[in-house]
Amino acid sequence: MAQLEVVGVSKRFGNLRANDNISFSVRGGEVLAVLGENGAGKSTLMKIVSGFLRPDSGRVAVDGQTIPIGDPQAAIRAGIGMIHQHFMLIPRMTVMENLILGREPRTRLGSIDTRQAKQEVEDLSKRFGLHVDPNSPVESLSVGEQQRVEILKAFYRGAKILILDEPTALLTPQETDRLFGSIREFARQGLSVVFISHKLDEVMKISERVMVVRAGQLVDTVDTGQTDAFSLARMMVGRDVDLGASRTTSGLGNVVLTVDHLESQLSKGQPLLGPISFTLRHGEILGVAGVEGNGQQELAELLAGIRLPSSGTILLDDKRVDSLPIRRRLESDIAYVPADRQGEGLVLDLKIWENFILRDYYRPPFRKGLGIDVKVAKARTQAAVDAFDIRPNNIDLPSRALSGGNQQKLLLAREMSRNPRIMIVSQPTRGLDVGAIEYVHHQLMSLAQTGTAIVLISLELDELMKLSDRIMVLFRGQIQGIVARPEFRRDAIGLWMTGQKGQEVRQ
Amino acid sequence: MSFFLNPELWALTVTVSVPLIYASLGGMFSERGGVVNIAMEGMMLMSAFVSVAFAYASHNAWIGLLAGVASGAAMSLLFAWATLKLQADQVVVGMAINLLALGLTGYFLDAFYGYNGTPISTPSLPTWHLNVLSHLPVLGPALAQENVLTYLLIPTLLGAQYALFRTPWGLRLRSMGEKPEAGRSAGLSVLRYRLSGVLLSGILSGIAGAYLSIGVLNSFNVDMTAGRGYIALAAMIFGNWKPKGALMASLIFGFLSAASIQLQGSIIPSDIVLMVPYLLTVVAVAGIVGRTTPPAADGIPYQEESL
Ligand SMILES: Nc1ncnc2c1ncn2[C@@H]1O[C@H](COP(=O)(O)OP(=O)(O)O)[C@@H](O)[C@H]1O
Ligand SMILES: [Mg+2]
Repeated sequence: MAQLEVVGVSKRFGNLRANDNISFSVRGGEVLAVLGENGAGKSTLMKIVSGFLRPDSGRVAVDGQTIPIGDPQAAIRAGIGMIHQHFMLIPRMTVMENLILGREPRTRLGSIDTRQAKQEVEDLSKRFGLHVDPNSPVESLSVGEQQRVEILKAFYRGAKILILDEPTALLTPQETDRLFGSIREFARQGLSVVFISHKLDEVMKISERVMVVRAGQLVDTVDTGQTDAFSLARMMVGRDVDLGASRTTSGLGNVVLTVDHLESQLSKGQPLLGPISFTLRHGEILGVAGVEGNGQQELAELLAGIRLPSSGTILLDDKRVDSLPIRRRLESDIAYVPADRQGEGLVLDLKIWENFILRDYYRPPFRKGLGIDVKVAKARTQAAVDAFDIRPNNIDLPSRALSGGNQQKLLLAREMSRNPRIMIVSQPTRGLDVGAIEYVHHQLMSLAQTGTAIVLISLELDELMKLSDRIMVLFRGQIQGIVARPEFRRDAIGLWMTGQKGQEVRQ
Repeated sequence: MSFFLNPELWALTVTVSVPLIYASLGGMFSERGGVVNIAMEGMMLMSAFVSVAFAYASHNAWIGLLAGVASGAAMSLLFAWATLKLQADQVVVGMAINLLALGLTGYFLDAFYGYNGTPISTPSLPTWHLNVLSHLPVLGPALAQENVLTYLLIPTLLGAQYALFRTPWGLRLRSMGEKPEAGRSAGLSVLRYRLSGVLLSGILSGIAGAYLSIGVLNSFNVDMTAGRGYIALAAMIFGNWKPKGALMASLIFGFLSAASIQLQGSIIPSDIVLMVPYLLTVVAVAGIVGRTTPPAADGIPYQEESL
């Protein structure tokens, strides 16, 4: 029965107070949730606890014993096991090699004792109900399986206090349920679990107590039984939020986009995308769901023209656009908001107004003679920046100066100002805080209201269920199923995401 | 046909291959830990000179060898300090070290021995005679009468294979070349394991350099390595960062060099044959035949999160 105690931890990065005098404790057998928006300082706090970062002040103790700070080895010895948001696994090595790294059992000759290692791994997976084949290379495992390896790794190193940093971010609903089952089992066996998340429903479901952090500060710690999602959201964001607002679909228009047997050779070693066929109507939001890496990125690139199909057709109205180059595609009123906003969407070192005209600088109204009509460009940008409430409101700043949420607003403002007929949006809210997410959702819904057809690619099932008229699930580059709004069901969509076909939801 | 049956060709192949094998094993250890070491050229050159100098001064080739290896190791520590501690660019530092070695050895050669070059009375490492092997056809003469360093290759190769794939140290070193954060999250020091790989490359380059100057010969001349450090690097890449691969690739490259020497004066221009190793490496790296894959974090400095 280990008890973790964290007292008065502070950490600054330059001028930013990532953690400001935060204290908390966890008992053996307890699940403590740490709730906070992106950037609240959750990961920083846990990296300090696990020795990855050195705090400016504060201390960490296990069972009353203060452990040396900034020393991962010491944290491991004290029984702290951290599952990072980004897995610390080596893809090209086997599960077993990953597990034993740093604590290898040895034979008398000094070589690795593979037999003993295998035995220990088997015992652990049995004890905690976490099954993986020790001989498979990690790169061949699903995300859920990789996470099991990460957890086993912590146990192999003797963890009694398990810290999970946003463990559900990449999981399907079924994998999440399974993880929750495991977490309950760990707690039942007396382990302490710290569960980090920004998702209210998960926190309500799994934890006994919730600690809320906002902008580096501890807001409060409450018993989960004594609170509800609404009050937690208010604590997390600092004001009232509308959790429910869902889309009411008005009548949809004619078909604007027809994708027929579209197929693409993916990068080497990956399965093909397609052949896939679907249609998109005027004013419709088509959600594209799936576990990351199942062809979503390729679909977006095929539609936007960044990637050319190996076969199949894309019809915009009755015009073929599948072999048009990117610029011609954009000129046909197709807009694209890429998932990688900093890499693909914006040029971070260019000014805000320069980014704003990036798609159309070469043609009227931005073209003047051989150059750019700076006055028009700036005026248009200023109007958009005002309308979208982009802060700071200074269009001569480089877009690097904007926060993630404001960068996304700038991207949306640019693409929406082009009055697209089709808009492809990939992961529009990844990494944004609740306020910005609300705003983006609102914008997408009103864009659809004006008749734009939207392909919305997202890993967040909740987001898709909130915004979409239909949801299409991709699995290994194939359409696993398409379902329309009244029939949305998390569990069925989740099954599709893992490649199982549920007949009852087929339509 | 008689060309391939000529025992001299095979004897020459072995002679040319031996330093390549040592150095490519060294490069393999360094890169398996995530450090691209093009400074092996300079480490070899330095060791080639230091070996001669110490062998001559002490009248003992073994002391020459030890000193040469020590100089290779010292250069690798300098390289490690700049690349691991100061996190300078590995290729730039490597280049600088090669130029440093070229300049230093050229200067000292002149300063110590002047116009005549290194003394003829410099001892060289012994050659062993294994008469049992001499009766083998074609290859017999190549294998039965070799420098002691050639025979030392066998335990070195076996040891390299064992250390890299069977021991905890090997697993840890490989983890630092694939994903150093994973090693660090297991409580290991990235710097320490990377340093061990680089140090091994210095030691093995040292042996390779000594072989050139006091193994087959007993003299040193300016730029005596003539790019062998780079060829060894190419052999390691062609051999897919594995001991067996490094061995095979070095032998192929060695054979081609030997063939080009044997072909001098014949209708096939020997320079063309000499080109083949580089061509093969380009082909291998570009993935035209059996793509080779470097360690994922090869050449990327590791920076701990700001503490
Ligand atoms: N190594 C770092 N250097 C500078 N700033 C950082 C660093 N790590 C995190 N931050 C900043 O600290 C804040 C908290 O980040 P983080 O702890 O990752 O938040 P969370 O995990 O709650 O989303 C963010 O504003 C982030 O940009
Ligand atoms: Mg985080």
